[in-house]
Amino acid sequence: MNYQPASHDFVVENPEQQTFFVNREVFVSDDVLERERSLIFDRCWIYVGHASEIKNPGDFKTRPVAGRPVIFCRDRDGVVHGLINCCRHRGALVCREREGNARQFYCMYHGWTYHPDGRLKSVPGEDAYGTAFDKSEMGLVAVPRLEQYRDFYFANFDRDAIDLETYLGHAKEYIDIVIDQSPSGKMQIISGTQEYDIRANWKLLVENSVDDYHLVTTHSTWLNYMRNSGVNVTPPKGELLPTRGFGRDLGNGHLTTDNPNYRGRPVAHWISVYGEDAKADIDALRNELVTRLGSARAARVADTNRNLCVFPNLVINDGSSVTVRHFYPIGPDRMHVTAWALGPVEETEAQRARRLHAFLTFYGPGGFATPDDVAALEAAQLGFAAWREVPWSDLSRGMGKASDQQLATDEGHLRVFWRKWNELMERRA
Amino acid sequence: MNELVASTVSRAEVEDLFYHEADLLDSWRLDDWVELLTEDAAYYVPPNDKPDADARFTLFTIADDIVRLRERVIRLKDPNCHAEYPLSRTRRLIGNVRITGVEGDVIAAAANFIIHRYRHNDLNRVFVGHYRYKLRRQGGRLKIAERRAILDAEELGLLGSVSFIL
Repeated sequence: MNYQPASHDFVVENPEQQTFFVNREVFVSDDVLERERSLIFDRCWIYVGHASEIKNPGDFKTRPVAGRPVIFCRDRDGVVHGLINCCRHRGALVCREREGNARQFYCMYHGWTYHPDGRLKSVPGEDAYGTAFDKSEMGLVAVPRLEQYRDFYFANFDRDAIDLETYLGHAKEYIDIVIDQSPSGKMQIISGTQEYDIRANWKLLVENSVDDYHLVTTHSTWLNYMRNSGVNVTPPKGELLPTRGFGRDLGNGHLTTDNPNYRGRPVAHWISVYGEDAKADIDALRNELVTRLGSARAARVADTNRNLCVFPNLVINDGSSVTVRHFYPIGPDRMHVTAWALGPVEETEAQRARRLHAFLTFYGPGGFATPDDVAALEAAQLGFAAWREVPWSDLSRGMGKASDQQLATDEGHLRVFWRKWNELMERRA
Repeated sequence: MNELVASTVSRAEVEDLFYHEADLLDSWRLDDWVELLTEDAAYYVPPNDKPDADARFTLFTIADDIVRLRERVIRLKDPNCHAEYPLSRTRRLIGNVRITGVEGDVIAAAANFIIHRYRHNDLNRVFVGHYRYKLRRQGGRLKIAERRAILDAEELGLLGSVSFIL
């Protein structure tokens, strides 16, 4: 019996043999990337930004969304827009700043100006156009669909896509758990953006973001740091991790880990790293959670971690801190990652500082863990140069188990991504 | 520069400290490097989009107190620090050294840096920016109480991780 498949398909699943393989061509091929752009990124809901980033009328952020330059902004009436940052006249960006507050968007090429809601405001020498010229038709083009769930805004370039809430499915329940950290139900993106490239295929970061199998090996120096700081990170006998967590299928290609916490959480789960003087404050946070949510829900919020992946490219890590991270391919072997910290709006200065400190312990390009993830992904990408000779990535862990028994160290939740990916890629363009 | 600063420290002494530090970091003598720091030292790399921010309110790339900084050194010396194993080769050029002020026993100094970083299987990555230091004299020696490495790049982008000490 052959363990590995003989076929040339991209995703090969064999329930009888309890195997699941992905062909490494999907990580190196320009053709695959082109198909991903049209079949995945142009048809799925793609994260744009959070309402808190554009709090006041006139606030804007410019950022790429599914490869397009987009202005994420709030108009004078408080309505949020996703405007394509491209002058209707000759195509130049009409906003070249990263962020700010605008009375209008001004194209520096020929001086066309647009209102913050996208309407065309003025055209120098308008009399040179024929009678058919209609300013009301010539505003900035909006992304075809822009919808939000609890302040998280997503765009869809497919006008006929299902609505965002239906798309998110059970992922909403996990977003709700994250937001329940806030007494008012309001979270905010904290200032400071981490933007870095990884020289690896974007799908590797999906896998890596939710794969707990790698934690002990890839992140042994982080575990050492926790241990040196007095946190118990020793797995019980027979276990790979300090606590036994699960990988969950949330429908529509969304997935999450769901783990009992051991690593400390700025919301109401103290560890020694925070220092003795933080104990009373964390107790108070816990009391607020219990009073507001009841003890069971409070424990859910405070004592469990989740790494949530919203298909295809948004990851919310609710672990040592909360990260909002998304990524987009620049080429088959390179992605651009953008990450922020998320926290309750009502946090005190001390609580905010503790959250940010906890974030940097693990996450980000200067953290104790993320750079090693990057190294692992880049090492994999280098290995894929031999994709013809060594074609199969193995994601078979836990294949023999029921879906509700998939551990976070199994690969059941990674298979959720790959099955959805394969389904979308098999459609006709 | 006021007279008090002039009587406390000379630019040559600050330059000597910076050049010595650069040599220790480039040669990965991290335990010796830690000896240049005060017991309450801090090390910051602000986010590229908020170079002037305060780490209490803003997500930084690195914001280490001395406890985490010592842990960072432990990590960097561990062969399981995969981002720095095998170790990068770095070469830093420090210039435009200036003493920028003095407040109590704290001497503020600034310098520009260019750090070339080479790794097996990797691109040459060039980190350009400036340092802002707070220095204190302890037992006759000038020590580093705070070092802030502020990158000029608009985003990390192809610089990737900041896994070695800037």
